[in-house]
Amino acid sequence: MSNIHVNTTVNGDEIGFLCDPRETLLDCLRDKLSLTGAKEGCGTGDCGACSVKLSGRLVCSCLVLGAEAEGQEIETIEGMSRDENLHPLQEKFIEYAALQCGICTPGILVATKALLEKNPDPTETEVRYWLAGNLCRCTGYDKIIRAILDTAADMREAS
Amino acid sequence: MQYYAPKSFSEAIEISMEAKGITRFLAGGTDVLVQLRADILTPEVLIDIKKIPEVGDILQNSDGSWRIGAAVPGAQLNEHKDLKAQWPGVVEAMDLIGSTQVQGRATLVGNLCNGSPAADSVPALIAAGASVTIISPNGSRDVSVEDIPHSPGKTTLEKGELISAVNLPKRNTNGGDAYLRLIPRTEMDIAVVGCGINLSVKEGLVSDARVSLGAVTAKVILVKEAADAIIGTSLDDKALTALSLAASAACKPINDKRGTIEYRTHVAGVLAKRAAQIAYKRARS
Repeated sequence: MSNIHVNTTVNGDEIGFLCDPRETLLDCLRDKLSLTGAKEGCGTGDCGACSVKLSGRLVCSCLVLGAEAEGQEIETIEGMSRDENLHPLQEKFIEYAALQCGICTPGILVATKALLEKNPDPTETEVRYWLAGNLCRCTGYDKIIRAILDTAADMREAS
Repeated sequence: MQYYAPKSFSEAIEISMEAKGITRFLAGGTDVLVQLRADILTPEVLIDIKKIPEVGDILQNSDGSWRIGAAVPGAQLNEHKDLKAQWPGVVEAMDLIGSTQVQGRATLVGNLCNGSPAADSVPALIAAGASVTIISPNGSRDVSVEDIPHSPGKTTLEKGELISAVNLPKRNTNGGDAYLRLIPRTEMDIAVVGCGINLSVKEGLVSDARVSLGAVTAKVILVKEAADAIIGTSLDDKALTALSLAASAACKPINDKRGTIEYRTHVAGVLAKRAAQIAYKRARS
């Protein structure tokens, strides 16, 4: 079958691309739009490294077809910082050294931003359950969790 | 693979009737696209139903019953306060499936149509007395959820048939439901046993009940004997023991690395007791 033309919005920009119907949104973001922040870990929705927001819902972009993006709004890690300013979560991840190899980090940041928008004051348990679908094989999670709880506290104070 | 995104059910049915080769309907894709990605099954025709109006809506009808569109994801169910207050067992069962990311996409209808005997939402739906609306070339009809599963990975749906919505009955004021499952860890796993119970209480006595078990036979089942064991009782120890025995007696499980036949059979009885106690408490609150 011929390629499908998809019109969508990525990080606020209206974008069009052509894709094969079997190509995932992750393939399209990385290979057609050069947005390589979302990573392919497992490719089957288990690891969360490809997390993006699709019209307000946190999803694994490896389990979304590119064609499904038609008319949707997509938010990726590339849209997280504003101009030269990192998002408070990104700042705090650096401060806490909440990453080692970094492959899981974009997905964890996108997932955590979605959590804090929904719940600005999560408990440690709530953070851990929310991130159960984001696997990290380096850090043991502890620094990630502490960085998130500290960011949440800072953001509550600032708001 | 050909991808279609029809804007009406009639168009979707037409495409599926004309389709040659393996055809799949796509809503959340958390099973269909995993199978595609893992090279287990690549459909020749994929029909995305999400552009059809109302598939993403949760509606309460004027008679108090509910209509949940086929593409409503678990996260949306969980955010719906009224639905969750009335059918906590159904909403909690769906919420047990997968990660936050999976919850953003996975649907009740997908869980049902995937045909897994271990599907978490299915025992809760069967216990609730839910039906699904099936659209076919001959029109639409409502079918009880327990009549949809056939065997592992297979449903009773025919070519050209499509489920448009899940229908939950009106919640009576003296009713409550619950779903419990056993997994070897705290989350993100497949049920070793699942049990859904919905019951009503009048003057302290169980006036009606439905009990459903998952992962203990080749499909999710409604266990009438287990419901009969508690109807007319105050859910005392004797009734709970009878419920537990009836639930275990209905089990014909497989032996695998996640649970032996003996273990699954025993756990079915334990979960039935515990789920009944939660449902009873909810019915009286």
